[in-house]
Amino acid sequence: MPSIVKPLVAHPSLARNELGLTIRDYEGSMSTLCAGCGHDSITAAITRALWELSTPPHRLAKLSGIGCSSKTPTYFVSGAHGFNSAHGRMPAIATGANAANRELTYLGVSGDGDSLSIGIGHLCHAIRRNLNMLYVIENNGVYGLTKGQFSASSDVGSKSKKGEANRMSPIDPVQLALSLGATFVARSFSGDKQQLVPILKAGLAHRGFAIVDVISPCVTFNDHEGSTKSYRYTRSKQHVATESDFVPPASEIVAEIVQSGQTHITMHDGSVLRFTRVPEDYDLHSRQAALSYLKEHQGEIVTGVLFADESVPDMHEMNNTPQVPLATLPFAKLCPGSGELAKLMEDFR
Amino acid sequence: MRSRINDFAIKLANVNGTGSASANGLIMQAIFRMGVPVSGKNLFPSNIQGLPTWYEIRVNPKGYTARALDYDLMIAMNAQTYERDVQEVRSGGYLLYDSSWPLDAELHREDVNFIGVPLARLCNEHFREPRERILMKNIATAGALIALLNIDGAVVEQLIEEKYGRKKALRESNKRALQLGADYVREHFSCPLDFHLETMDANGDKILIDGNTATALGCVYGGATVAAWYPITPATSVMDGFKEFCEQYRKDPKTGENNFAILQAEDELAAIAMVIGASWNGARAFTSTAGPGVSLMNELLGLAYYAEIPAVIIDVQRVGPSTGMPTRTQQGDLLECAYASHGDTKHILLIPANPAECFHFAPKCFDLAERFQTPVFMMSDLDIGMNDWVTPKLTWDDGYVPDRGKVLTAEQLESTSKYFRYLPENGTAVAARTLPGVHSKGAFFTRGSGHNKFGGYTEVPDEYQEVMDRLLRKHKEAAGWVPEPIIEERAGARVGVITIGGCDPAVREALDILGDTGRPLDYMRIRAFPFHAKVAEFLADHDYCYVVEQNRDGQLCSLLILETPVAKEKIRPVLIYSGFPLSAKHVIDVITAPDVITGKAQELNAVYS
Repeated sequence: MPSIVKPLVAHPSLARNELGLTIRDYEGSMSTLCAGCGHDSITAAITRALWELSTPPHRLAKLSGIGCSSKTPTYFVSGAHGFNSAHGRMPAIATGANAANRELTYLGVSGDGDSLSIGIGHLCHAIRRNLNMLYVIENNGVYGLTKGQFSASSDVGSKSKKGEANRMSPIDPVQLALSLGATFVARSFSGDKQQLVPILKAGLAHRGFAIVDVISPCVTFNDHEGSTKSYRYTRSKQHVATESDFVPPASEIVAEIVQSGQTHITMHDGSVLRFTRVPEDYDLHSRQAALSYLKEHQGEIVTGVLFADESVPDMHEMNNTPQVPLATLPFAKLCPGSGELAKLMEDFR
Repeated sequence: MRSRINDFAIKLANVNGTGSASANGLIMQAIFRMGVPVSGKNLFPSNIQGLPTWYEIRVNPKGYTARALDYDLMIAMNAQTYERDVQEVRSGGYLLYDSSWPLDAELHREDVNFIGVPLARLCNEHFREPRERILMKNIATAGALIALLNIDGAVVEQLIEEKYGRKKALRESNKRALQLGADYVREHFSCPLDFHLETMDANGDKILIDGNTATALGCVYGGATVAAWYPITPATSVMDGFKEFCEQYRKDPKTGENNFAILQAEDELAAIAMVIGASWNGARAFTSTAGPGVSLMNELLGLAYYAEIPAVIIDVQRVGPSTGMPTRTQQGDLLECAYASHGDTKHILLIPANPAECFHFAPKCFDLAERFQTPVFMMSDLDIGMNDWVTPKLTWDDGYVPDRGKVLTAEQLESTSKYFRYLPENGTAVAARTLPGVHSKGAFFTRGSGHNKFGGYTEVPDEYQEVMDRLLRKHKEAAGWVPEPIIEERAGARVGVITIGGCDPAVREALDILGDTGRPLDYMRIRAFPFHAKVAEFLADHDYCYVVEQNRDGQLCSLLILETPVAKEKIRPVLIYSGFPLSAKHVIDVITAPDVITGKAQELNAVYS
C-alpha cells in the first residue's frame, strides 16, 4: 500500500474526453493492494477505457464480490455508485440491479476465488441470462487475502509459495464461458495494457454478457518460481491469438481492403471492434473455433478477443421489458386500482 | 337423532394424483356459493402421484373455520389409509366407501353407519377410458355428497358450466358422473343425512381465496416490478400468481411490453441477491420462499441489513428443520427470520393471519422496507398460503401513496455540498439514500464491510459502533409503524392468550368455548415484530399469558421474553407443531390439561375455580 495520497487537482494540460473530463475524473481512491499487484494495472486499464469511452461517471455501476480483486472498484471512477457485495454473489446482485435499471453501464470486477469457486453458479447463470454487463475476472490463481491457498484456476503442477503442487484440474473461465453461451469472451494479461484497454472497451460496448479473464499475478503469494500465474511465466507463455482496435460509434470508418485474417465486428451501439490480427481460418463467431484453438494451444496462455456474437438477445429482451428502467415506472402504471380489484373479486366467488 | 343444519365436518381420504383435488374444490365452492360459512383444509403429501391425501371440509353457521377433528362423515377412498380413517369417524357418524369390492370385516365399526357406493363399478360401466374412469370416480363421489348433504344441484351445475363451458365432452362426463353418484345414493339410502346443508346468506360480501394468491395480488398492487425466486413448496404459487396478475395488469396496452421482470434464480442466494440489487437501484423487489430458502439467504440478509438496502421476503413457512415436511404447515421460522444472518441483526416481520391480511400486508412490507431501508419479512405459512379461505372481498384505497422513504433527487443532490450515505439529519434513525445513475454527487460505495457514518471503510471501534447503534434505533422506531396487535377483551378476564398468524380461528373458537364455560380469557394476536408498544402493555395487564403457536420451541415465547420486559414465568407456551392446521380442541386440551411435570391441573383451572 502506497504511503502518499493523490493530489486533489489535475494538471491543466491533461487531455479531456467528449464530456470534458480528464482521466483523473475516472480515478478513485488510492489502492491498498500490494505494490506491483496485477490488479492495479487492470484498474488503470479500466480507468482509461471508461475515460476514452466518455462514460458519464454517474451512469456507471461498478460491482464486486469479496477478495483482493473485489476491492478494486473503489480505486476507479469515484463518481460512480459502487457495490462491494458478498463473496461470489456479485453476478446475482448485478442481475437484480440491471433488471431494475437497464440504462446504466454495468461493470463487475471479480477474482478467481469469487467467480470460479464460491460464486461459480451465479457466474454460470448470469452468462445464461446474457446479462448486459462487462465481467472482469482478475485471475491470479491464488487466495490472496487469506494468504496463499490455491484457487480453482490453479494449474496442475503449479506450486504454492510453500512449494506444494496443485493436483486438481483447473477451471478455465474462458472455456467455461464459451461452453455456457457467453456472447463475448476474451482473455488478456494485466501486463499488457495495450491489448487490454480495447478489449475492455469492446466488452463495455457489447450487448450482453462480456467476460474478460485477465491473468493478474499476485506479487505476494503467487509470483515465484514454479507458479504458472507469475509475471515471468505469463510473459513467456502468452500467445496473442487476436489483436484488435476499438473504434467508437461516431468515428468515420475508413473503407479498407480486408486482408487475409482481418475482420471487424460491429457492436450493438455502432462502435466497431477492428481486428488487426486473427489467425488464419479463425471464425470469431464460432464457439467451436475458439475451443479448438485453445486446445491446439494447450500449455500457452491464449489472449485476445476469442469469440463475439452481437445477435443474441440480452436478459431484458428475453423478458420483453420496456426501454425505460422498471425502477422509474410511475406507480399509476403499476397499480391496477380499486375498480379492477372489484371486478377481479367476482372470479373468486 | 337431532338434525344439524350447516354444522358438521367431513373428511375425504384420497390418493393423490387421481383428480380428487378438483372434486374437493367443487364441493367446497358449491357450499360457499350456498352462502354457508365453510372452510377447507388440504392435507397433502410431498409427492405428485400415489400417496395419501386428505381434504377436510367444515361448515359452521357461526363461521368457525378452524379444523373440527370430529368427523361426521368420512369419505374413505384410499385403501392405504382406510384402517386409520375409519377410526376418525365420530360415534354415530357415517363412512362412505367404494362397495365395488366387499369391505374387510375387520374394518367394521358397530357405532358407525356405512354407506356403500359401487363407485368403481358405476364408472367402469359408464366411462370407457381408463384415466377417465379414475377421474370420474371422484366426481361421482361428489355426486353422492350432493344427495347426502343436500348440496344445491343448480349451484353445482353452474360451477361445472363455468369450469368446462367450452369443453363440451368434459362438461358432459362431469355431469354424468355427478348424476351417477347422486342417483345411486338417493335410491339406496335415506337422503339427506340428519346433518346437511341449507342455503344461507353469510357469504354475500366474501370470496374464496388462498393466501399465496392474495399475497401475489398485494405485490402487484404495492408496485413491485422485480421478483426473483427459486421454486419451493409451499411458496411457488406466490410467484405463479404474481406472473398471472402481471400478465393481466402489467402488459403495456400500447407496446405489449412487460412492466415487470420475474427472474427464476439459480438458488435462493441468488434470489435474494437479485432483490437486493434491484432495490439498490430503486425498484420495489421481492422474493417468495420457505424456511430452507431463508436459511440460504441468511448471508445476504445481513448485507442488506448492514448496508441498509430494502428487501421484501415472503416466507411461506413449512415444517422444518432441514427438508422437514414440505407440504405441512408450521410457524417455525420466526426466530430464523427475526435475527437472520451472523452478527447483530434484527429484522422487521409482518405476520398475516389470513389471505386478506396477506394482500394488505404486501404493500405495507414495501413501505416499511423502503422507509427503514432494511429487509422486511412477511411470515405467511402453508395453511394460509395454500388453503382456500372465506375472506371478505379485497378492497383497495386509490388514495394509497407508496412510502418510498428518504431518497434524494438529482436536484436535491445538486444543491448539496457533500453527501454522506449513513449520516441522518438531526439525529434521526434513517439517513437519506441515493440511487445509482441519478447524480455523481450521490455516488458512494455500498459495502457489507465495516463502515462509518460517512459511508467510508472503517475498522475504528467507535465509528463501527456508532452505525450499529443507529441500526438498533431504527429497528426500535419501526415498532411505531408496524400493524398493531388485534386485542379482544372479555369481562372478568385476568389471563391472556397470545397468538399469531393462522392460529387465529382456532384460538378464537377455543376462547369462545372457554368463555362460555366460565373461563374468560383476553385475546391478543400479534401482527408484527418489532413488537408494537401494546404488546408489552397486554403482557403487563394480565396475571399470565398463554402463547399459542405452531412450533416446538416456543419461538414467539422466546421473542417476547427477549424483546419485552415480561418475566419468563408469566409466559405459558401452548405448542402445537405436528404439521396440520390447528383446531380449537388442540388449544383447549393444552390449556386445560394437567401439567405434565407437576401432575396438577393447569393454573387456569385454579384461577377460575
